[in-house]
Amino acid sequence: MSLISVSSTMLYTAFVLYIIATAFFGATIKAKKNSVSAKIGITLTIIGFAAQLVYFITRWIASGHIPVSNMFEFVTFFGMALVFAFIILYFIYKLTVLGLFALPVAIIVIAYASMFPREIAPLVPSLQSHWLYIHVTTVALGEGILSISFVAGLIYLIRQIDQSVRSKRTTWLEITLFTLFVFIGFSVISVIFNISGYNAEFKYVENEQEVTVAYHMPPLIGPNNGEEITKNAMTPWVELPQWMRGKDAPRKANTIVWSLFTGAIIYLLTRLILRKRVGAALQPLMRKVSPDMLDEISYRSVAIGFPVFTLGGLIFAAIWAQIAWNRFWGWDPKEVWALITWLFYAAFLHLRLSRGWHGEKSAWLSLGGFAIIMFNLVGVNLILAGMHSYAS
Amino acid sequence: MNNIKCECGHVNPEGTVLCEACGKPIEKNQHIDGNDKKKLLNMRYDGSARRSQTYNKSIIDKIWSFFSSVKVGVWLIVIALVASAIGTIYPQEAYIPSDAPDRDPAVFYEDAYGLPGKIFYQLGFHNLYSSWWYLLIISLIGVSLVICSLDRFVPLHRALKMQKPKRHETFINRQRFYSETENVTDEERETIKQNLKKQRYRVSEQDGHILAEKGRFSRWGPYVNHIGLIIILIAALLRTTPWFYLDEYMWVREGEQKVVPGTNGEYYIKNNNFIMELYDKNDKRFQAALKKKGEDVPSNFQTNATIYKKSGDTVAGAPPKLEKVKDVSIRLNHPAKFGGYTVYQSGYQQNEFKSMTFNLHEKNDPKKVAGTFKVDFGNVKSSYDLGNGYKVNVENYYPEYYLDEEDKIPRSKSKYARFPAFVFSVTAPDRKKPEMSFVGIGKNIDATGKNKYKLGVEKYEPLYASGLPVKRDYTLPIFAIGAIIFMIGVIQGMYWQHRRIWLHPKKDSTLLLAGHTNKNWHGLRRDIEKAISNTSVKIVEDQQELE
Ligand code: HEM
Repeated sequence: MSLISVSSTMLYTAFVLYIIATAFFGATIKAKKNSVSAKIGITLTIIGFAAQLVYFITRWIASGHIPVSNMFEFVTFFGMALVFAFIILYFIYKLTVLGLFALPVAIIVIAYASMFPREIAPLVPSLQSHWLYIHVTTVALGEGILSISFVAGLIYLIRQIDQSVRSKRTTWLEITLFTLFVFIGFSVISVIFNISGYNAEFKYVENEQEVTVAYHMPPLIGPNNGEEITKNAMTPWVELPQWMRGKDAPRKANTIVWSLFTGAIIYLLTRLILRKRVGAALQPLMRKVSPDMLDEISYRSVAIGFPVFTLGGLIFAAIWAQIAWNRFWGWDPKEVWALITWLFYAAFLHLRLSRGWHGEKSAWLSLGGFAIIMFNLVGVNLILAGMHSYAS
Repeated sequence: MNNIKCECGHVNPEGTVLCEACGKPIEKNQHIDGNDKKKLLNMRYDGSARRSQTYNKSIIDKIWSFFSSVKVGVWLIVIALVASAIGTIYPQEAYIPSDAPDRDPAVFYEDAYGLPGKIFYQLGFHNLYSSWWYLLIISLIGVSLVICSLDRFVPLHRALKMQKPKRHETFINRQRFYSETENVTDEERETIKQNLKKQRYRVSEQDGHILAEKGRFSRWGPYVNHIGLIIILIAALLRTTPWFYLDEYMWVREGEQKVVPGTNGEYYIKNNNFIMELYDKNDKRFQAALKKKGEDVPSNFQTNATIYKKSGDTVAGAPPKLEKVKDVSIRLNHPAKFGGYTVYQSGYQQNEFKSMTFNLHEKNDPKKVAGTFKVDFGNVKSSYDLGNGYKVNVENYYPEYYLDEEDKIPRSKSKYARFPAFVFSVTAPDRKKPEMSFVGIGKNIDATGKNKYKLGVEKYEPLYASGLPVKRDYTLPIFAIGAIIFMIGVIQGMYWQHRRIWLHPKKDSTLLLAGHTNKNWHGLRRDIEKAISNTSVKIVEDQQELE
């Protein structure tokens, strides 16, 4: 077996183990403290993490550079960092529900990652630096720890928000949960069309140049004034408005629509089965968890994650940029969004300290922080342009 | 100043909320920290007297209070955050793509993004991060940082220094962690004391009252990190001065030697050659990805150069005497350093030729080659001998050829071989008279139409010019120091906590136990659990429940 196939098998193994571990953490809801299923759950998580570490190392050896250089590799690594952060916080607080939510988030992240091209690509000269390794790994770790704050905040809200009447808060919570469904939708629909091998090409004119775009999902949204190259391709329902541009913009927009669509279907089916809001259905499961504890974990992960993120996302990033591009700060979108993330968590800490934003307010903030992290991971690469844009 | 004397005898400065020594609430000041409305005491700054909360009469008081408010600080941070985000909606001016049809910002934004783009440009958001108002927000954050830190650090430091183990009972029972146990023996109290010592608490005692304290230094974390931030802001300010920050850019052609700009003629650089390497398309590891990409992926950009330093005084007009400093290879991620300057590999241009190799062949049959010769543009000779009686003379050489529109005479725009053309005359053993021909890129003209021989370009070597930024940045160490101090501060404040535990024996052998920490209450509870194990003392209750 080649190193590459060992590597992908290991990633797959980790993925499956995380799913099984989630089930065991689920079983702890009804069980007593220190139950067997909690022990099995955390053991499986650690084995899964070790498997993912093997994936990481073997891929590193195979490619000759650390596998964090494109979207697939970086997002996968972020998933791994999230699991690692969960393991740390689990051992501090021994809270099993945390696993029930943290692992699915990691699973969704890894599934999402694997939809990007997975070939091992060579490193362009500007990425050939040790500081790349140091910078990217520390950022991912910091963001992983900060994400646990989101997980705890989310559980807090599910636990605490009054579900007996519909309110703004129930709606926002539902929107947050729906977003997770959209990511699941993305993975499901990608797999479906991957298996079916769908492909259709279009050409269109942008900035006075003719470009082609390949769709791997049927084009609901077509390019502006596009022309089919592939015969018998589906005629797009609508055209992308003129002002939405950028590399492969039509395909990206189309993928987003498909993901929303699929996510919505899965969400609606879930609601149909549950016959209530997803938040309301989850709430009774959280009865036993102490909200104080959740609040504490949510805050603590920011306290631990903030310095790590500062070090990786700002300081190491600046050192690397200084060496690679002879400017330690250049206001490119990815950098600015790292600064925004940092400012956001600084505000979070100050609000908590001096304005007494504990409990629910703090939990909502932790959702906001995670949204910014995800935007930096996904949105900046897909929407805003910049030199860090790995995805191409 | 109206000092306030507490019943314990300690004299507190005006504005004190809780006596610095015994913690007894000072009646008339309870509204300051909101203690009058709550059961629990506000322990944020140990009830010390903060200037911002005490004086608000003069204009200076008001400015001080304004900037020391965290509410204001958070607003400033949020405004900076939102402004920063706005700047990423469209690319900043520096990031207008190089292949945009028109890179003039006045045209580009509207062209590329329509009306929203035009508005973006007209509001000046294409240079947002250097706009006066953005810099103003950042400076205000700086001012706020200094004032709020002074406002809190000084009194908090004083209060923690003054604190006594013996505390007033109301101070104890209005703490968040609190328990009350009857009939506690002195031995039990001693056990707890020893347990606390084992957990590395610093224990002090006064009349049987015990204060156990740990990690007080972490309280200074925020102030340390704020100092780091202030140093970073100062460094950013200094960076706008040319002495601290020098930023030049130079282009050097291969083979050329130039003075390094910004060094006052002290250093020279010679570009020996420029190298661009590509990834091997057949490399097994990357085959799949490279194929998918469909274009060459560079693996290295490198300028091999020699650095010289001027030695001694130079006579005006005479060329300077140079002394070799070192050979360097400047690559991306691997800049060259000398004499405080750093030179980076940043760009390359290829619009000149280093050499061209021609072959002389029969006009009707390109396969019948009479000979080849190479023209080195650094040293164009007047004639080239091909052997066997074949000879090529260079009658005219135009490094950057163009045809003058007016008088229809060929001329050269420069002395650089960017678009070379020649008038050659060919002598051959089987021709009586030399044959004239005009050869350039895409041009090959037989002057008379009767030539037997023709000259063709067999191959050429490009001549590269390296784009090398030159920098000298004395602010870097200041930024580094600021960043290090910031990191020390956050870690100090985040990874350690200031925990205090009070044991308060009453006359009837009831023991009051209270605990306070600035964060991580979970950890404090565990410490207390350990400390009271094997005693009858009750575990503390959390008197604050989340709403
Ligand atoms: C981007 C800028 C800033 C950063 C990164 C920053 C960072 C921090 C950090 C990490 C802490 C410790 C928080 C904790 O222990 O949970 C802190 C505390 C604090 N910061 Fe800032 N800060 C910033 C700006 C400001 C500003 C503008 C103010 C002024 C109003 C301010 C006032 C404070 C105060 C009062 C504390 C609490 C100190 C204490 O209670 O011990 N900070 N800051």
